[in-house]
Amino acid sequence: MKRWLSLSALLLLASVSVGAQQRPTLSVPFTQFKLPNGLNVILHRDTSVPVVSVNIWYHVGSGHERPGRTGFAHLFEHVMFEGSMHVPEGSFDTWLEAAGGNNNGSTTNDRTNYYEDLPANALELALFLESDRMGFLLDDKAPDKINGQRDVVKNEKRQSVDNQPYGQAFIELPALLYPPGHPYSWSTIGSMEDLTAASFEDVARFFRTYYVPSNASLVIAGDIDPAATRTLVEKWFSDVPAGKPVPPLTAPTVVLDGVKKKTITDRVQLPRLYMAWHTPALMQPGDAELDIVSNLLAGGKNSRLYKRLVYDLQIAQDVNAAQQSQALGSNYVIIATARPGQALDRIQAVIDEELDRLRTTPPEAREMQRALNQIEANFYRGMERVGGFGGKANQLNAYHKAAGDPDYFQEDLDRYRKVTAADVKAMVEKYLGKDRRVELSIVPGEKK
Amino acid sequence: MTRALIALMVAAAAAAVAAQDRPDRSKPPAIGPAPSLKMPAIQKQQLTNGLPVWIVEHHEVPLAQVNLIVRSGSAADPIGKYGVGSLTAAMLDEGAGPRAALEIADALEFLGANLSTTSTFDASAVRLSVPVSKLADALPIMADVALKPTFPANELDRLRQERLTGLLQARDNPAALIQIAFPRIVFGPTHRYGTSANGLPPAVEAFTLADLQTFYRLHYRPDNAALLVVGDVTPASIMPMLEKSFGAWKAEGMAPLTAAVPTAPQFKSRQVYIVDKPDAPQSQVRIGWVGVPRSTADYAPLEVLNTILGGSFTSRLNQNLREEHGYSYGASSAFDMRLSAGPFLASAGVQSDKTGPAIQEFFNELNNISKPIPEEELKKAKNYVALGFPGEFETTGDLARKLEDLVIYNLPEDSYAKFVGQVTSVTASSLQALAARYIQPDRMAVVVVGDRRSIEGPIRQLNLGPINFVTIDELFR
Repeated sequence: MKRWLSLSALLLLASVSVGAQQRPTLSVPFTQFKLPNGLNVILHRDTSVPVVSVNIWYHVGSGHERPGRTGFAHLFEHVMFEGSMHVPEGSFDTWLEAAGGNNNGSTTNDRTNYYEDLPANALELALFLESDRMGFLLDDKAPDKINGQRDVVKNEKRQSVDNQPYGQAFIELPALLYPPGHPYSWSTIGSMEDLTAASFEDVARFFRTYYVPSNASLVIAGDIDPAATRTLVEKWFSDVPAGKPVPPLTAPTVVLDGVKKKTITDRVQLPRLYMAWHTPALMQPGDAELDIVSNLLAGGKNSRLYKRLVYDLQIAQDVNAAQQSQALGSNYVIIATARPGQALDRIQAVIDEELDRLRTTPPEAREMQRALNQIEANFYRGMERVGGFGGKANQLNAYHKAAGDPDYFQEDLDRYRKVTAADVKAMVEKYLGKDRRVELSIVPGEKK
Repeated sequence: MTRALIALMVAAAAAAVAAQDRPDRSKPPAIGPAPSLKMPAIQKQQLTNGLPVWIVEHHEVPLAQVNLIVRSGSAADPIGKYGVGSLTAAMLDEGAGPRAALEIADALEFLGANLSTTSTFDASAVRLSVPVSKLADALPIMADVALKPTFPANELDRLRQERLTGLLQARDNPAALIQIAFPRIVFGPTHRYGTSANGLPPAVEAFTLADLQTFYRLHYRPDNAALLVVGDVTPASIMPMLEKSFGAWKAEGMAPLTAAVPTAPQFKSRQVYIVDKPDAPQSQVRIGWVGVPRSTADYAPLEVLNTILGGSFTSRLNQNLREEHGYSYGASSAFDMRLSAGPFLASAGVQSDKTGPAIQEFFNELNNISKPIPEEELKKAKNYVALGFPGEFETTGDLARKLEDLVIYNLPEDSYAKFVGQVTSVTASSLQALAARYIQPDRMAVVVVGDRRSIEGPIRQLNLGPINFVTIDELFR
């Protein structure tokens, strides 16, 4: 299930004079404007702690990479921290830390995001740093920076994929789900060969094409004065060159025409099963329904797969189910690890029994309500933090991209509230079929 | 003047204006005075049975966090039964009061509540997060879980198998193996800190219901516990509910004499330990020894010292091993402070063919930290710790954890208010003395989980001291 983190308006909730029956409306008040160079800016004020989060999304991800350069968008994300024309190498982090700040970035198929969380007094420092790397990333040291981060990223891959039990699944699943050449057919981390091949020319081209203001959205949230903050944004970002418009990423809809089955070996004690389907894109009809399906299948002790596989039969050590929402089309993935001596066939048979049950009989009212109550409580929990990857600042950018409205919190929750038991049944029937899916097994043996 | 010339002049003037409008990027913008942290007020109350209740009002979102802290954790495990405290905590919500495990889960999930029952070396905890509108419904269930666990035999068997399977899976994962190997080597197999809180297979296989019930009876009592409440509540709104759910909890007999875990003997002389994980593409490296307890008077300066060494992105270890050499995705260090002295450790996953040079760089940094620290670097670290501190008090969960630490470590209530001042007053000379005392690289254990065939030779060439080999099997005995 997605972590839709949200925040209610301070005033609105502080005056929770809403009657017992009445639900408070989720809202994150914001102001929005566009600079002449095309940069979208969203401001949100929350004075609960004296911190501010600067969060920027570039609408480019691994899906925009070209053949032979997989992993490049993520490598580029690393280079972004290595300084820019007016920021010497190493100073990006040093200056932020000296101001009491933290920062990070992440890359997915669809987007790359960056944030700086820092004391409110240091806001302008973050704007200087973000604007400088947006406008003036490339200098004569860039080739060395790429070489340095190439080694770091290769070690990231060793640590998070190659040295991880079952780590190859991250590489195998996209390749099984998508035809060669599809933007989602390779992993975000990429291959060692392609990382080796990435050149300074690639960085320069990628920067000029995708890291332009009109392809970015900047959120500033926290203890700010919106008018003064707008002036600061205009000061630091107005001289960033506009660049050319970026055409949206497109790809033909992918449909599996049968079951794609694969077994690989790894140095693991226990076999693990991955089942994966193509499902509707983020925010499209079916997306919220499938999030609810995840809760029904694997969202607690009473969830259907957990209860049967882990609790009752005890033939699995763990089971997970998730709708992995993406812009061009999503994946639904179920993962289960066998207990010692248990076969994946039996686990798969139980999973199919439970999917059949959902396909033929709508879930009970209490089960639906239980799922919805948990989802709603998680909306509140997401309202607490301003910064980081899971805070309001990032969510405002996420909603801006996915829904065209930064304050989409209530509408998003309403997507879930509207789902009926019959909808759940219909979506399982339509999308989680037995005859069109990926079945990947990772079993004990030598590492492939 | 020709029109063309005018046009040129206008263009030049416009360009001049634009250049003037451009911000001065020659140096980073000046930063105003830092905001100060206004510590939220702790309202101290007590139930009729003496159970302390600390409340912090936090009205940002309609949520409540209620944490019951029991001041005994895995450190209270008897010898031979390491892991019993952790399993006791995990069993609390597997049956309590009139409800079975599935009924507890269903009731809480229906309320949108999150309930966790866990423990550390220092404490056990039942933590509830719930929309404040459902607090009155959730508290009685939480109270049953904490006060009336039924410890069903079938659920113990289930959790036992789950834990044994988890220990089996740890054999696959170098990052999990190093977490078992390092403390075992530094603290030894008999000291409580030498074994992970969950325990090892021989003990986990043998636990009986009586073991769990004994641990529960000894430690889960109102005179060894406290309730910490943060959220959209007031004392007037929540005290009657807490009294109703927890007020009848009575302590029986005398409170147990819980001695702290003895301070482990310090690691004597540098030795290397290699745990062979054939063909591993990275080596997991931990270098360290016995550190300090949370009660150390040097808490604030050690936070600064560690920030410089390996506690932040720009710390020396990370800059060296990641940014300068590219051997690793990240390197760090930490003083793991507990009621008794936990470990000090420097750690990283490094690519296998650079294991030798990477360990050499670790020691370069561990040696250099005892030299005078340049003023700019010290200032950066002090700011990072002091100015970042208010951000640690943002959510109900954050605040409740800060309250927990006050209770668990017997800290004065003004600890957090004083912390920033203590950080600000740290000097380079005080850090140099602390580094000389707490970071002595020639007496530390060097523990590596990696591909022995390719890393043994390069490690041997470093001449760090005797090299010992530990099998994965030995770690789980």
